[in-house]
Amino acid sequence: MSEINRRKFLANSAGVAAAATVGAGSAIWAPFVQAQPLSFKPEKGAKLRVLRWSRFVQGDIDAYMINVKKFTEKTGIEVRVDNEGWEDVRPKAAVAANTGAGPDIILSTNDDANLYPEKLLDVTDLATYLGKKYGGWYPACEAYLRPDGKKWIGIGLGAAGAMLVYRQSMVKAAGFDTFPKDTTNFLKLLKALKEKNTPSGFALGNATGDGLWTNWLIWSHGGKLVDANNKVVIDSPETIQALEYAKEMYATFVPGTLSWLDPNNNKAFLDSQISLTNNGISIYYATKTSADQKVKDLKEDIFHAQYPIGPVGVPTESHLFFNQMIMKYTKYPNAAKEFLRFMMEQEQFDPWLTAAGGYIAPPLAEYAKSAIWTSDPKHTPYRDCVKNLRPAGYAGKLGYASAGAAADFIVVNMVAEAASGSKTPKEAAERAQKRAERYYKV
Amino acid sequence: MFDKLQNSRNALGLIFMMPAAILLVLFLTYPLGLGVWLGFTDAKVGRAGEWVGFENYVFLATDSVTQLALFNTLFYTTIASVLKFFLGLWLALLLNRNLRLKSFFRAVILLPYIVPTALSAIAFWWLFDAQFSVISWVLVKMGIIDTYIDFLGSPWNARFSVIAANVWRGVPFVAITLLAGLQTISPSYYEASAIDGATPWQQFRYVTLPLLTPIIAVVMTFSVLFTFTDFQLIYVITRGGPLNATHLMATLSFQRAISGGALGEGAAISIAMVPFLLAAIMFSYFGLQRRVWQQGGGDK
Repeated sequence: MSEINRRKFLANSAGVAAAATVGAGSAIWAPFVQAQPLSFKPEKGAKLRVLRWSRFVQGDIDAYMINVKKFTEKTGIEVRVDNEGWEDVRPKAAVAANTGAGPDIILSTNDDANLYPEKLLDVTDLATYLGKKYGGWYPACEAYLRPDGKKWIGIGLGAAGAMLVYRQSMVKAAGFDTFPKDTTNFLKLLKALKEKNTPSGFALGNATGDGLWTNWLIWSHGGKLVDANNKVVIDSPETIQALEYAKEMYATFVPGTLSWLDPNNNKAFLDSQISLTNNGISIYYATKTSADQKVKDLKEDIFHAQYPIGPVGVPTESHLFFNQMIMKYTKYPNAAKEFLRFMMEQEQFDPWLTAAGGYIAPPLAEYAKSAIWTSDPKHTPYRDCVKNLRPAGYAGKLGYASAGAAADFIVVNMVAEAASGSKTPKEAAERAQKRAERYYKV
Repeated sequence: MFDKLQNSRNALGLIFMMPAAILLVLFLTYPLGLGVWLGFTDAKVGRAGEWVGFENYVFLATDSVTQLALFNTLFYTTIASVLKFFLGLWLALLLNRNLRLKSFFRAVILLPYIVPTALSAIAFWWLFDAQFSVISWVLVKMGIIDTYIDFLGSPWNARFSVIAANVWRGVPFVAITLLAGLQTISPSYYEASAIDGATPWQQFRYVTLPLLTPIIAVVMTFSVLFTFTDFQLIYVITRGGPLNATHLMATLSFQRAISGGALGEGAAISIAMVPFLLAAIMFSYFGLQRRVWQQGGGDK
């Protein structure tokens, strides 16, 4: 996601900003650029197998399967959908890609498509069509799925956003009427919350999802794992500055965050032990679906906010990105493309987005207008997660190195070491530099 | 021809051996060989690698996380095995007495071993939770401590916490196996030693222990092997955290190979465990087994 890409994106999709500000009174789903209708003629006797990550919220899979059924009814193509935990999709997809056998379509996460780009079907025609019809792809989609700036190797599906989840009453009691928008005031809020004995808590254990806030922390201060040429540059003054900030943050946390894995902050938040954390919309979702009155009562008091902007001056968010890949070995490339086209069209995509309850942020600008983002104002902060997303391998190229470095918790460990004081910020950064260099050695 | 085959001891032996041999080669030798090979390549998940010689091992030797994982593994194995041995032996001696409800206790003692590890690990994860630990809750209610214990949040606490979970799970195996060993010791030895005026300690030291040593050797070899290669407990309770303080070789190998995609490096970490495991087996075989034969005068 270099500067060039961002400019190119703006040029390609002039009017994204304008579209985003279109009022509710206008015709919401009028395609804003007249796109030529596109459809692919499925091969005779085509059958499809889809491997996707297991739902995070029930609404997602229910709506997805309704769409799949609609597709089968319309085209007569039988579609089998297999579900796997999202972390298990990665090895399976890699093996399928490299042995040339397995599902025709794989819904995977983050930089998976960048591990074997040559094994994936070129979907430039479909991506271009969807981009034109639905207001343009956000830059992160291009970074992940159009690595050479020309050919699309997959279709973006969205991202499970991680945002700041807070108790409004506690933030107000700490003296903040509105949620801080910059890192300086954010730290003040954390300190005030601690003083009021309603501390915050952010996971610092080896948590695959909830550890992503550490990327925001480093990027917001101008640090990054690698530069655009994949040279490791994590040991930098900006990183040190971010780690000093992390130390101050950590001092305000509830005890025990070094051991926190993905579920811990949800549990602590729903038990009112913390006032603020980073999470998907699932905590809020839980207050709506829980049978426990104590949890239900939290619903009115829970609010969401975007991550504060750091010294770099732009949003620097890190979320779990979802993509859709068609494997080159598929016997039915047209049927597969038609399936993805069908699923991404507004008639199917919008109901799916809505059923996911705000859990999934859209990859195409037009879908930011979906009613799900305004039907409950608390959904709104999650709307722009793909828009503000930086890939975990920022600012370098994505591939085995970025995937490996992320899976090895290099950044999370560095922040945890510095924050807890087990290492000085300088030592922690040096260690991360050394560990990352191993992955980026080629 | 068939008759000839039927009468040939060698041919028959070979045929009868085949099923077992095929299973062993297919499911043990081949994967192990493949693992060794992968350790010398830069294979990624799903992508065949190229031969890189000892590069993975050279890197791992200097990698601070691997060094820490090796230390953690040795520490975890040593402490947990020693505790499991003494607690298991103690339990076995108790159960060997004529207690009331003897069979009931013997059955109950096996429970921790029967519960699937992943489930008991989740239970421990709650027990050690920074916010919801029932242990901390009880201690706070009793007024013994003021703040919750950070079981998994500080490196040393976390190490001892996972060791406690491992010991809880592993003791029944040691206890029941040693109990089986104890029951093979003929009561006449105890009667004879009692007539000679031996104290209970002397009976234990000079009758029980020597006769139990072969079983101890076997059970402790297995126990050490299981502990050294432990994965599930750590993966569920800490995922190797905090600050990699509880990463074992097995969990690190998985993290690097499967999550991280560096299959070659992960395989190298696994293979690096083999010398330690071999050493444990050798120690038990030559150190413990032979001594018993020597004491019994039966060493060939």
